[in-house]
Amino acid sequence: MSETTIKAPTVAELQSKGESPEILFWVGCAGSFDDRYKRVTIAFTKILNHLGVNFAVLGPEESCTGDPARRAGNEFLFQMQAMSNIQLLDMYQVKKIVTACPHCFNTLKNEYPDLGGNYEVIHHTTFLQEMLNNGRLKIAGGDYKGQKITYHDSCYLGRANGVYEAPRELLKSLDADLVEMKRCKTKGLCCGAGGGQMFKDAEKGNKEINIARTEEALDTGAKVIAAACPFCMTMMSDGVKNKEKEQDVKVKDIAELIQESMG
Amino acid sequence: MTLITQVIFVVVMAIPTYLIVKRIRQIRGNILRGKPLDRSDQPAARWKSMLLVAFGQQKMFKKPIPAFLHLLIYVGFLVINLEVMEFMIDGLLGTHRTFAPYLGSFYNVAMNFFEFLALGVLISCVTFLIRRNVIKVPRFTKPEMKGWPAMDGNLILIIEIALMMAIFKMNAADQVLQARGVEGYHDTGRLLISSSLIPIFNLFGTGLLVFTERAAWWFHIVGIMAFALYVTYSKHLHIFLAFPNTYYSNLNAKGKIQNMDAVTNEVKSMLGLPVEAAPANPEEIGRFGAKDAPDLSWKSLMESYTCTECGRCTAECPANLTGKTLSPRKIMMDTRDRIEEIGQGKGEGKSLLGDYITKEEINACTSCNACTEACPINIDPLAIILEMKRYVAMEESGSPASWNAMFANIETNFAPWKFAPSDRFKWAEELNNEKK
Ligand code: SF4
Ligand code: SF4
Repeated sequence: MSETTIKAPTVAELQSKGESPEILFWVGCAGSFDDRYKRVTIAFTKILNHLGVNFAVLGPEESCTGDPARRAGNEFLFQMQAMSNIQLLDMYQVKKIVTACPHCFNTLKNEYPDLGGNYEVIHHTTFLQEMLNNGRLKIAGGDYKGQKITYHDSCYLGRANGVYEAPRELLKSLDADLVEMKRCKTKGLCCGAGGGQMFKDAEKGNKEINIARTEEALDTGAKVIAAACPFCMTMMSDGVKNKEKEQDVKVKDIAELIQESMG
Repeated sequence: MTLITQVIFVVVMAIPTYLIVKRIRQIRGNILRGKPLDRSDQPAARWKSMLLVAFGQQKMFKKPIPAFLHLLIYVGFLVINLEVMEFMIDGLLGTHRTFAPYLGSFYNVAMNFFEFLALGVLISCVTFLIRRNVIKVPRFTKPEMKGWPAMDGNLILIIEIALMMAIFKMNAADQVLQARGVEGYHDTGRLLISSSLIPIFNLFGTGLLVFTERAAWWFHIVGIMAFALYVTYSKHLHIFLAFPNTYYSNLNAKGKIQNMDAVTNEVKSMLGLPVEAAPANPEEIGRFGAKDAPDLSWKSLMESYTCTECGRCTAECPANLTGKTLSPRKIMMDTRDRIEEIGQGKGEGKSLLGDYITKEEINACTSCNACTEACPINIDPLAIILEMKRYVAMEESGSPASWNAMFANIETNFAPWKFAPSDRFKWAEELNNEKK
């Protein structure tokens, strides 16, 4: 795919040409601004291009879904955000949304309908799993074949919405050796960033949650910790750094792993 | 039995019955102090949740050993109630083992079955006592379990052990009396478990045996009534409330937070959008979020009475696991203590948030839903925590400074971080930078 240019058209651009995308890729704040997570956004955009998916992004028109505000108790701010986002999405007649952020996914999918925003919302792991199952996405294996990978369940994907299998199926498609942590799936341990914790210091305790979780991940002996959430990514990367293991152990989003192994 | 004992029986049963009914009214009243919440939709799904989770103990089986022991007590409790029916009839009519002549040899089978269950209950209770007090399973030794809660847990186990022993004593004495041909003692056939006590009772004179048998009988039936009354003041209320509690479970995706419609109307009018027709009698808005127990929904209050204090929620809570003060079990216990206090007309000037639960506790919650997933009876501590966060954020503007900064960023930059909105699409410039 070296010759082709990678594109991320905006919905506004398409509209000016009289077109509308099949799928809206909701990038999210972390995917837009966080240097590490921007690479995930780019990886997923490459996949979408590679698969020839008819998609677009909101680009500069996108705005925070309001998830951290709502979870920190600021319902006013959440609803202000939600309603203006809904106005925008409805103006563009968006039907289907895919996002890499489980928090955006949960909010758009479960919370926007109460405020009049009804869309089909899927997480990028579910989207990729569908592409894999219908044969559009082909994995060449390669780098990760036989490698020990552990998957850290995001609370907002797993417990909050019951998505446990899609990320695991994708990892298995890499022919990787998927090793589970002591706590996984319904019993997965939070990375410590949800509920607005990302945006403030932790309360006094005897350990940081992300350190506890990183220890569980390192205990598996995996060389790659796979994540599917921007917050988890940050927390696990910080944990690995704290343990001075960043040379041996990589934290990667599933979209990155897939993009690297695409046939 | 004489008429006198029948009269005594009626009086002895009437007193606890009266007290229990009064107590149930009180609890119901306390629950109804909560805010309205509609949980009447999808009856089929609700019945299913009740049958699986409460009746079928589905979520208990995440931990197989306690689940099995708990199941023994649960089944024992349900089935032994059949025997209590006979007790009641005997007590009222002044008969002895009313059912024996009608059931014939089946009576022996039934009694043996009951004894078998009673033994199961006994063994489970002893094991649970050991787990709590000798092995000290960590979730039973958290700070909120000091004092009365630990005592409550032990008391109930001891009462159950005593009640089961009474059955064995009664049956053993009865069998000796039958063997001696004393009049009025129906043939029950050999009762396998209690008959092991016969060598001891054989040493007793007939008079003492009759007394022992009656004493055990009265102890058992009065004990059950006292137990039933005690339960209404104890965490063991879950034996009844688990059923309605799971019926009214939250059926939404766990990640979904309940919308605040009062806020929706305000936001809509701020944005100049049409506001839904106001209800005919707009109920007073009240406060946003919860400062005190009655600000919570009735369901949260019911859950506080249903909580068994098992601590499975706390054992999974990431905040608690890393030494923070937050314990979802404590949230439930505090809520119950506070609504009880309010029900008794006490504690004026106090409130749930502040006097029972601190901001430090609620601020530590990551909204991860590990607690709601772990709870064997679908209790939702997160709902209470969230309502209190709402109160702090919207009524007090008392959220941690860094959260207020995050709110400000969302308001002005449309992202929780302080980045210029115009930079939001910058990542696209990097799309074609790499060679690959
Ligand atoms: S939702 Fe909050 S209280 Fe419940 S387990 Fe997670 S951090 Fe603990
Ligand atoms: S809320 Fe549920 S899990 Fe937690 S202590 Fe109470 S009954 Fe146990």
